[in-house]
Parts: sequence; C-alpha cells; structure tokens
Amino acid sequence: MRHHDIVIVGGGPAGLAAAVAARKAGISDILILERDNVLGGILNQCIHNGFGLHTFKEELTGPEYAARYIAQVEEEKIPYRLNTIVVDITRSREVTYINREEGLVTIRAGAVILAMGCRERPRGALNTPGYRPAGIYSAGTAQRLMNIEGYLVGKEAVILGSGDIGLIMARRMTLEGAKVKVVAEIMPYSGGLKRNIVQCLDDYGIPLKLSHTVVDIHGKERLTGVTIAEVDENKNPIPGTEEYYSCDTLLLSVGLIPENELSKSAGISLNRVTSGPNVNDRLETEAEGIYACGNVLHVHDLVDFVSQEAALAGENAAEYVKNAASDGENVIPLVAADGVRYTVPQFLEMDGMRDSVTVRFRVADVYRDRYISVYYDDQLISRKKKKVLAPGEMEQVVLSKKSLAEYPRTERITIRTEVE
Amino acid sequence: MEVRELICISCPMGCPLTVTMDGDSLTVTGNTCPRGEDYAKKEVLSPTRIVTSSVRVNGGTIARVSVKTKTDIPKGKIFDVMKEIRAARVDAPVAMGDVVIADCAGTGVEVIATKSVARA
Repeated sequence: MRHHDIVIVGGGPAGLAAAVAARKAGISDILILERDNVLGGILNQCIHNGFGLHTFKEELTGPEYAARYIAQVEEEKIPYRLNTIVVDITRSREVTYINREEGLVTIRAGAVILAMGCRERPRGALNTPGYRPAGIYSAGTAQRLMNIEGYLVGKEAVILGSGDIGLIMARRMTLEGAKVKVVAEIMPYSGGLKRNIVQCLDDYGIPLKLSHTVVDIHGKERLTGVTIAEVDENKNPIPGTEEYYSCDTLLLSVGLIPENELSKSAGISLNRVTSGPNVNDRLETEAEGIYACGNVLHVHDLVDFVSQEAALAGENAAEYVKNAASDGENVIPLVAADGVRYTVPQFLEMDGMRDSVTVRFRVADVYRDRYISVYYDDQLISRKKKKVLAPGEMEQVVLSKKSLAEYPRTERITIRTEVE
Repeated sequence: MEVRELICISCPMGCPLTVTMDGDSLTVTGNTCPRGEDYAKKEVLSPTRIVTSSVRVNGGTIARVSVKTKTDIPKGKIFDVMKEIRAARVDAPVAMGDVVIADCAGTGVEVIATKSVARA
C-alpha cells in the first residue's frame, strides 16, 4: 500500500494552509486530495472583499486570498490531486479515494488532516410547508450559480436567515439588478457579522426582520411568493402577523454544518454543539494522528482564523510524523459555561502544550457589557470586558502554559461569561 | 455638535464607532486600529465602497471572472459602476490583476480581475 507522510483531505483554505505549514515544518511527502477541479474551495465563489486583513494586512477578495495560498503550494511543489473524492478514512489512517485516472485507491498516511469544510443546511431541515417549486436555493448555491456559472437566479427575492452568505447574496443580487424585498431571521438577532448588515443591507435599504420566519411557500412549478410571520419567544408563528411577499426566488441562509461523514467513518466522535470532532490543543482528534481544522472542525466567520488554525494543525501533524508522539498524559478538559456554548479545543494535553493556546468559542445569546472569564477550577485567572457579545461573532481567549504551570493541580479550565 | 454611531466595515471585527462632529473637528472613538478612524471620517464626510462583481468571459473554463474596483469609489456611484461592469465582456485567458475596465463610470478607478481564467 502506498504511503504518504501527511494526507490532507480537502484543498480549500484550511487544507492549503495546513499543507504549507506542514511543508515548512519539514515534511516533504504531503498529498492534498480535492474533489473539485480547482484548489481554493469555497473562496472561489466568495468574490466579495474583506478577506486577509489579519493574514496579509490588506483587503482581498476570496479568489485573491485563495490564490496567495495556492501560489505557496505550487512554489513548495506540494502534490495535490483534483477531481478526487475521499470515500473512507479508517482510524488506522488508511485513506480511500476515487478519481478517473487511478480508480479506487487506498493509501496509508503517517498523519491525516481533515479539512473538508462545511455545507449548508438545506430546506428539508426546516419543515417549511408548501410544494417544492423551482426558485428555492441555499444561499451558497445561488452564489455559485451567479459568480461562477453566470446565472441571475431570480428577479425578486426573499432571503430566509441572516447568515453571512445570505447577507452577501442580498447585496450581490441587488447589484445585478434583482429586487431583494426582505431578509427574515427567526432569531431576535442576526446570525451574520455586523459589518455585513451595514454594507449589504443598510447600504441598499433592504429590511431585516428579526424574529420572523417563512410560514408558507406559494407556487407549484415556480415560486410565486412566500408568507412571512413574526414568531414568539418559542419561535412559534404569531397568528395575525402573516404578510405575503410575491417573489420568484427564496434564498436560504440558515446555517452551516461541518461535513464530517468521513470523520464518522473513522469512528471519531463528534461534538454535539459544533458538529465537528472533539480535539486537543494540538487539534488532534481522539483518533491518534488524525487532525482537524477549518470549518470541518467548527464553522468560522473569518477565513483568516481558518488559515491560522489550519497552519497549527499542519505543524502539529508534522511534529507527530517526525516524533510519533504518543497520547499526552495530564489531560485537562475545557468547560464551556454560563453563556459560552462550546470551546475548540475541547481539552488540553499539558505535556505537549505550546507556550500559548488560542481557544475559540461562540456565545449562546446577545450579551452586553459582559466579561469573558477564564477559571482554573474555582480560581479566576483572567477576565476581559466586552461591550457586545453575539453568537454570530466567534470569540477567543489565549491560555498560557506559564500561567497553567503555576496551578499544577488544575483539573478543569472553565470559560464563561459573567455580568460582574 | 452631532454624534453618529457607526459600525466599522473595514474588517470583519465590526468595531462599534462613535463619531463626534463639532464644527470642522471630527473625533472618532471605539476603533481598535487606524483603519477605523479613517473609515469613520470618510463615512460621515464622503462615504465610499469597493465594488465586487463578475464579468462574462468568452471562451474560458468558467463563464465569469470575478472583478473589483481597484480602490474604493463614491457610494453614490455604485450603480453607475455596476452598469458598466454588467455590460463588459472579456476574452479568455484572463489573469488576476488584469484591467477589465480602464476608467469605470468616470470615477477614474480601474476594474480589475480578481481571479485567473484559462482558455477552455
């Protein structure tokens, strides 16, 4: 069976950054497997600007950001296979893929980096009534149709969900001459970034209706309209608040789900909140030598953070290949509490811990003037006041090895929000 | 004295900014980097945006090449710029950075390709 030191599943932003970092850490035998016919993943269709301010200190569009990493992969001569889909990964790091040239191939990997990204929650998951007429798209599908294949998906649109892709598409359709009538969001707050509300909706006078959802879909062959209603605190539609909007297009921007079928086939357990694998501070899943990064691990808002996280996974996988480090002793779980929904990583392995570890998380609701606090057991270690915390914006704290060394008997680290 | 609350759109941090206008003097608070101050001043005096879109490609591996205005343009000119972008056509191959429209809608700003498209 053919062997590669590191096999990376996915050639999007996470896979590319992981590959470059692993190469720089001294691993020459790397293989990237990508199912699309180009590298770059979802960035290829994210033609708007705003990428790269953290990584490159300039504002790039998605394709430009991807091109920077693709150039590094080419420069480093890191091998990749396109039009290649991975169908199975085992816990012992056998990776099976298919493509036209080689057929079905199983290879063995010194380390595997999972970088499969995420996919959109479909209409089927929403329980909306009505027929299944043409004209209903997930926002990302519409984005691909418009930006790569060159179709205007509709002339009058309603958008359900205020995720970033939905907001970006509201502006995109408006620029291309369509009328976006309303964005309805079932939650009392937006799921997207504030800047996108400003530059995609406010700039064009597109109303955002919070605590509203689509309760009926009209039309049989082609969508003719939707009915939107306000919802109560239990998200149940309030009778009498229904409003009809005629439209030929409904875009759904109702959440992203990490794509973890392969992780499951490797027997890796998934976190209930993130839908991604549980990982330690080296971003290693519970299967030894299998790492995860990017949106397959947890859904990010910013590609810059995906690249950072993926580079860390690449370095750690390289370290593992070189030293075959065994499972660390002295494991400390990270606990998300009081308004913090989850943390990534989910646990620290003190023995192999780096000098500092970035812990990323999301909060459960919109909070004002709250602290983000870090506790070692019951001892408050640090707190930082935030004016606004929102579920749509990922937060982070940095844990330092030095500070942990001062509390050697710590059994758990808790990250919570606090009012005072 | 006039006070305006803004959300900075310079990067995805989305810092909440407060601009205080007192006669000719402008003070900005809430920003966490110099871009925030620049943005706030521009936004109250003469707001601008970078416009991104796509242009039809003849004979390329994909139907559209993504484009952007090389720098920001006045907000009021967005739809004039879009009109020219929508009418534009380019022939493959296109290289990232190629000028697609030299002076878009009289703004003096170039529209450039943000990806490369090979010939089919």
